[in-house]
Amino acid sequence: MRRRSKSRFNIPTKYLLIALTVICIVAMYVSFALNLSGGPLNTVAGVVFGPMQRGINSAGTWMSDKASNFKQLNDVMAENEELRAQVEQLTEELDAIKLDEYELNNLRELLELDKQYSDYDKTAAYVIGKDAGNWFENFIIDKGTNDGIEVDMNVIAGSGLVGIVYDVGPNYAKVRSIIDDSSQVYGMVLNTSDNCVVSGSLQSMNRDQVIGFSDLKDTDQKVHVGDAVVTSNVSSKYMEGILIGYVSTITEDSNHLTKSGTITPTVDFEHLQQVLVIMEKKETGE
Amino acid sequence: MRRKISVALMIVICFFLQTTLFKSLSFSSISPNLLIIVTASFGFMRGQKEGMFIGFFSGLLVDAFFANVFGFYALLYMYVGWVNGFFKKHFFPDDIALPMLLISGSDFFYNITIYFFRFLFRSRFSFGFYLLHIIIPELVYTLLISILLYFVILKINQKLEEIEKRSAGKFGS
Repeated sequence: MRRRSKSRFNIPTKYLLIALTVICIVAMYVSFALNLSGGPLNTVAGVVFGPMQRGINSAGTWMSDKASNFKQLNDVMAENEELRAQVEQLTEELDAIKLDEYELNNLRELLELDKQYSDYDKTAAYVIGKDAGNWFENFIIDKGTNDGIEVDMNVIAGSGLVGIVYDVGPNYAKVRSIIDDSSQVYGMVLNTSDNCVVSGSLQSMNRDQVIGFSDLKDTDQKVHVGDAVVTSNVSSKYMEGILIGYVSTITEDSNHLTKSGTITPTVDFEHLQQVLVIMEKKETGE
Repeated sequence: MRRKISVALMIVICFFLQTTLFKSLSFSSISPNLLIIVTASFGFMRGQKEGMFIGFFSGLLVDAFFANVFGFYALLYMYVGWVNGFFKKHFFPDDIALPMLLISGSDFFYNITIYFFRFLFRSRFSFGFYLLHIIIPELVYTLLISILLYFVILKINQKLEEIEKRSAGKFGS
């Protein structure tokens, strides 16, 4: 026994497998029970992240902007980020001004909401990685606690809701998008102010590029295809009045009390590159 | 040591490619699973123990970035690597059929498990849809990529074994 030096000491694979299995299950239980994911590994992950950022910024943009000039790309990148945020803001303002011309009541309402979320303080961030599998629609952005990002901050792109930050590291944050199969958002049909639950679905997203909504109480039959759905004021995590999408189909449930159907999201999730994080969290009075 | 570094590097590179480049190369939002290729290949090339560890660390990486429940992917990849290790005695470098079969089997098992634990438990019952639209397309795409990636892994492994044999000859006996 003594002759066995330390380097030759081998634990049988069986026991290692059992040990690691136990570790994993304990980790799963702990993260499930305490609702933390990653934990100390977040910092480690942040360090590993340097190459990934560079990887996606060169490889990813190379894929999509093949035609553009490579040499100028890096110089323009920083400027681009700034300008895009500005364009975003200006477009929103332009929209607001356009809407002002109309006298219609519900459009005035829309204008108010639009104003409301152009008032939010926002930070632009790049999408630098997407979920490793094909089952979930989570992605990573290149801003983290160093830039003031916190868990439960809302993420938007252009004019619509993208998702919510569910975990954050020093220089990156994880975002769960609203089309993810496990995502649920309280929505509100804009012109009737009726609440509904908007839930992401892999199946309907994959088939028709839509997400589902349910529990819509529409006793007056006023909700029609094409109506805008925004985040509801009763939602505990999402800021009020962010556009989710437009109703594409609507059917009455078998209980004759509620309706359900599908919504076409306004955001193009397939080609998502830049997003805006709203730097405020909803005050829920907890 | 050299082996550990090169394998770690390979896992990290494949992870980055999988989450970035191949996401922009996806067909109808399906992208291949490179980590399963790495895990399975090392499993049947090097045996249970190495397959297990490589799977464990691959899964850990996925967990660190994308998991809601930490440890799930580590567990899953670990068992994929471990099970592939059983086929080491049937593995010959010239034979391509067995590796391809094992890689597709692993990918299939991986996705079925995810469906079972993460979707079926949330009462998403239309298995046929998920099979046709997620599992099978991913399997095909992964297999396509593995034809390339497998040979890279095979070559790297052979190179490593060669170096190990040489240095073992120098110091040993």
